[in-house]
Amino acid sequence: MADVSLRGVSKAFGDTQAVDELTLSIKDGEFVVLLGPTGAGKTTTLRLIAGLERPDSGSIVIDGRDVTKLEPASRDVAFVFQQYSLYPHLTVAENLAFPLRSPARKLTEDEINSRVADVAKLVRIDHKLENKSTKLSGGEMQRVAIGRALVRKPVIYLMDEPLSSLDAKLRGDLRLELKRIQAELFSTMLYVTHDQIEAMTMADRIGILAEGRLVQIGTPKEIYTEPANLHVAARLGQPAINLLPADLLPETAAPAGTRTIGARTEHLTIRKAANSHADGTVDWVEHLGDQNHLHVTVGNRKLVTLTDPDTLFERGDRVTVRLRSPLYFDGAGKRIAG
Amino acid sequence: MSAAAHSVVEPSTTSKRVAATLVVIYALISMIPLFWIFATSFKTPPDSIAYPPKVVFTPSIEGYCNLFTTRTRQTPEYINALPPATSFCDETTRKRNMVIAGPSNFLPRFVNSLVIAFGSTFCAVFLGTLAAYGFSRFRVPLADDLLFFILSTRFMPPIAVAIPIYLMYRELGLSDTALGMVLLYTAVNVSLAVWLLKGFIDEIPREYEEAAMIDGYTRLQAFRKVVLPQATTGIAATAIFCLIFAWNEYAFASLLTSGTAQTAPPFIPTIIGEGGQDWPAVAAGTTVFLVPILVFTILLRKQLLRGITFGAVRK
Repeated sequence: MADVSLRGVSKAFGDTQAVDELTLSIKDGEFVVLLGPTGAGKTTTLRLIAGLERPDSGSIVIDGRDVTKLEPASRDVAFVFQQYSLYPHLTVAENLAFPLRSPARKLTEDEINSRVADVAKLVRIDHKLENKSTKLSGGEMQRVAIGRALVRKPVIYLMDEPLSSLDAKLRGDLRLELKRIQAELFSTMLYVTHDQIEAMTMADRIGILAEGRLVQIGTPKEIYTEPANLHVAARLGQPAINLLPADLLPETAAPAGTRTIGARTEHLTIRKAANSHADGTVDWVEHLGDQNHLHVTVGNRKLVTLTDPDTLFERGDRVTVRLRSPLYFDGAGKRIAG
Repeated sequence: MSAAAHSVVEPSTTSKRVAATLVVIYALISMIPLFWIFATSFKTPPDSIAYPPKVVFTPSIEGYCNLFTTRTRQTPEYINALPPATSFCDETTRKRNMVIAGPSNFLPRFVNSLVIAFGSTFCAVFLGTLAAYGFSRFRVPLADDLLFFILSTRFMPPIAVAIPIYLMYRELGLSDTALGMVLLYTAVNVSLAVWLLKGFIDEIPREYEEAAMIDGYTRLQAFRKVVLPQATTGIAATAIFCLIFAWNEYAFASLLTSGTAQTAPPFIPTIIGEGGQDWPAVAAGTTVFLVPILVFTILLRKQLLRGITFGAVRK
């Protein structure tokens, strides 16, 4: 295990700048999640670290050693792919043993077997070791893929949306398991996803990527409560943050230069209008069971916020809307600390 | 099967039966020549040219005797003076006033065919796999033009280049050598192999090799451990196509080989000249000639089917 850092790394494919002057460093034992939409350069970043792509400029340093020009095999990283990860012609056990059987490593058959058995237990697949890898369910396949990475002790585990092809229930289970395993092994991990829940629940630090650039990096709490700009704010929170013109609602103590106000559920107080004064109208109540989404029209804007499952709001209700220390953004989209 | 009756995609039982009947009829018709050859190989020479043709006849292995031996005509006195015949072949030959002089050239020619066909198939598939992998995985400059160029060698019938190849081979000392024939058939087959195999290798996700390379394997090791096992279907299908071509090739073989390296196809017709029209021996030669390709095809029939329908249905 060791520190991994990218220094001003750029990579273009034809006219597309996939990664643009990216600088990022991951500390030993840290779980860093890169969050961004499709095409933000997340996967390319992982492939650059793994050595599957060569950067156009910049350098990649692992454990103080410049690995920019090294082959993947000599970088000592492990990679979990989004899909197609298991060798279809091998059994589960053979898949898990595959990295250990590399000619570069000289392990005895006993060592290999005991490591495979340990890892199989860790990812809870030890009952299916002799199965063909194509005969597994999606969740089992991904557990084996993760196991195949864990069977070694590389400097860093690179995970490229390993859970995205699974259904919601399985994703939730594996998310917990992965976090448990990482904490158990104290391993360094760089995990890429477009799922904000995965990022928020697993990461020590979240890096927000957009158009190949690292927009902000910090703890989940920092990213959530102090987003650097509108883009970061829009990536986190469910339902998505409401972005409103500064003058839409009265009584705001907005700092000078505020152009946009970002209001999440916790920044909004909505009450039924007591007298004739009202700011907006309830458009629609979306029942999700454990909670409700409340859609409110204020002026010509629509707000979405959470409300209790036993809400008293009904469609057509006239309501007052007040802000409680929301986020302020200037004309360029940067957040103004307030 | 009431469910099937209402199914939109599943053909009805009646149409399945009609289709099966048509297939069987077609198969029977196309197998008549094969049956004819097989039957003729077990007829006696008089039976083989009988008119009307004999469908029912007493089988004899005289054709096979004549295929594997050469015979000389002798006087009845000479034959009577010989010790008793030791084998069936001896006996039938003597009845026709001849004695066995020695083995024929069929066996060495047949061995030539085996060596040249399997040798060139191996070379074509080996080179084709590596080239197809290269085209599939690397950014090869002018890849499309190169692939087109490779395919363009199949645009003309092989015999169109017969004279230049004949002259070149004479100059290089490759005429009538097994090496020359292996090289020639490899050159013709490698274009087919590259194109077929590229399709198969394109279908293998590159993530497998990337995973292997990250797991500590070099590209060549990853190719051998991960790509090859998954390309076996394609390789087998390609090998059959190459083998069928090399095995059946007649034009080049008759032009470039005459003695030591002659293959079976140009040899078999020459049997007919020895001692009258010996159709059973020709038919026997053809029947024996069919065996290896039949065995190879039956062994790999699943892969062959996949090779033929390849690309028709995407997973």
